[in-house]
Amino acid sequence: MSRNAFVRPACMTSARTHYCPGCGHGIAHRLVAETIDELEIRERTVGVAAVGCSILIYNYFDIDMQEAAHGRAPAVATGIKRVLPDRIVFTYQGDGDLASIGLAEIVHAAARGENITVVFVNNANYGMTGGQMAPTTLPGQKTTTTPRGRNVHLAGHPLRMAELLATLDGPSYLARVSLHNPVEVARAKKSIRKAFQCQLLGMGFSMVEVLSSCPNNWGMEPAKALEWVEKNMVPYYPLGVFRDAMAPASSREVTENRDESSPKREG
Amino acid sequence: MRQMMKGNEAIAEAAMRAGCRFFFGYPITPQTELMEYLARRLPEVGGTFLQAESEVAAINMVYGAAGAGGRVMTSSSGPGICLKQEGISFLASAELPCLIVNVMRGGPGLGTIQPSQGDYFQATRGGGNGDYYLPVLSPSSVQEMADLAYKAFELAERYRTPVMLLTDGVMGQMMEPLDFPDSPPVPGEKSWITDGCKNRSRRLVKTLYLDPADLEAHNRHLQEKFEQLRASETMSETYAADGAELLIVAFGICARVARTAVDNLRAEGFPVGLFRPISLWPFPAASLQNAAEGVKSLLAVELNAGQMVEDVRMALPGRKVDFYGRMGGVVISATEIEAEARKVFAGGVS
Ligand SMILES: Cc1ncc(C[n+]2csc(CCOP(=O)(O)OP(=O)(O)O)c2C)c(N)n1
Ligand code: SF4
Repeated sequence: MSRNAFVRPACMTSARTHYCPGCGHGIAHRLVAETIDELEIRERTVGVAAVGCSILIYNYFDIDMQEAAHGRAPAVATGIKRVLPDRIVFTYQGDGDLASIGLAEIVHAAARGENITVVFVNNANYGMTGGQMAPTTLPGQKTTTTPRGRNVHLAGHPLRMAELLATLDGPSYLARVSLHNPVEVARAKKSIRKAFQCQLLGMGFSMVEVLSSCPNNWGMEPAKALEWVEKNMVPYYPLGVFRDAMAPASSREVTENRDESSPKREG
Repeated sequence: MRQMMKGNEAIAEAAMRAGCRFFFGYPITPQTELMEYLARRLPEVGGTFLQAESEVAAINMVYGAAGAGGRVMTSSSGPGICLKQEGISFLASAELPCLIVNVMRGGPGLGTIQPSQGDYFQATRGGGNGDYYLPVLSPSSVQEMADLAYKAFELAERYRTPVMLLTDGVMGQMMEPLDFPDSPPVPGEKSWITDGCKNRSRRLVKTLYLDPADLEAHNRHLQEKFEQLRASETMSETYAADGAELLIVAFGICARVARTAVDNLRAEGFPVGLFRPISLWPFPAASLQNAAEGVKSLLAVELNAGQMVEDVRMALPGRKVDFYGRMGGVVISATEIEAEARKVFAGGVS
């Protein structure tokens, strides 16, 4: 966690979040808010809230926001950015929203290199509707709609969104980070900041996938949930930078040809 | 300056002259020329044309753009308009102004690319989820395609609502001379757009109201707006209605054909007139009641199985209203309407 962990970022309201104890959304919000403060872009930022547990994000951010239909945040953000190209536009989406119902919208926004930033919170299930299978639910993982564990022969395989989008030419920055310990949170912050910087530099689409916990629907204590992220999610969803158009050409090559088993860290 | 244009292109050019600078859409026949025209023209005036990945994405781009203060439009036809319904319901609730053009084709399903008026119910009853309406305007000439595109933006911004231009494949392809209106609609007041909270408090464009009391209050507010639209924004036209014993009621392409039929029937001595709703929602019920006074019979003519006729019957309770329609992309001829009218007279205009 950042040094001033108990000081509220200036662009956040004083409203108490509605998230369950140990939920990753609160931390992810904070990292986005700190970034907005540090880059001094509060007055020219427009956020897009997505359907999911984080739909009420606009209660916590003291910035202009639009609320999108389920999965459509990248399309809504596209509309905003095309009208206001000098504003900073970001979406904040869950995994059901982004990787299931909104798959077309995210892939095409990325392919267009739409100059927006996407904060993608992957908690391996549908939080808001009570813990159903998400496209990111791990093989064997129990959810309310995979009560015997996700059987990949019936329910298919999870999507690795950062890698999937890394096959496209449009994105300028793609990374996967995790919130399971303070060191990772600090890295996550750096990545989110970099994603916003790419947009500020007009480099095109940027996305940070954030591995996060949902202790409530996983039926775990917060600490146990973080452990579950580290032990189960990280091996399936390797952390690392999958695209970084800001990096010098030589290191970029290394990043893009990374070895799956030993993902390259953002420097 | 008078110029010749196709209906679809007239809508596109008029929208642009009306100050529309953003178009998001997806190809579908018979609306494609409209978007192709804007793909050429919008960049010339510094506007943005974007071919979206689907109609769903297109209408949600419209939502974002409208919420950011852009004068924005989209266009499509049957199957594509269905996909847009998600976004139209959101636009109506969030009170975002925009123009949606439906160049109707025959349905249901993929149906046909031939013209139809089968989307009347969908257009005039909201179309998406929840209690809402949106103004629906129906042009009957290429000139009116342009005039109503201007009108649509004016209504959209004055009432903060999506507005639909409901036309069809024949109208879209029709070539006619037209003049463009002079001045673009005055921009509506935009103290609600999300463009970054510089020197003001933050704003929110949203449709979620978790507290039933809040959502009911929001609905009441929307209903008041719909009431105001019903009271002030109906549009219609009568033709040869003086002394008519039979009043034909038709909109869009059917009204054009019916006009010819009325001329022919009048020449034969039949006292026939025409009532043409221009705003399909709000339906011009009061004007129809006026026009129908003293008339003995009514005949609704549509390119569907009988949709607008329900509004006609609702406006004229207790009156007998005959219906003639064709479906599947078949366009009604003047001869057919004349035959129907003669049948009414033969049966004794009642
Ligand atoms: C069109 C539509 N379908 C379904 C829903 C119901 N719904 C609300 S939230 C949600 C899942 C959200 O899950 P996710 O994106 O993973 O976010 P999380 O709640 O886990 O943060 C669903 C299916 C909806 N609101 N709209
Ligand atoms: S259900 Fe899960 S994602 Fe939603 S607030 Fe609770 S812990 Fe967070």
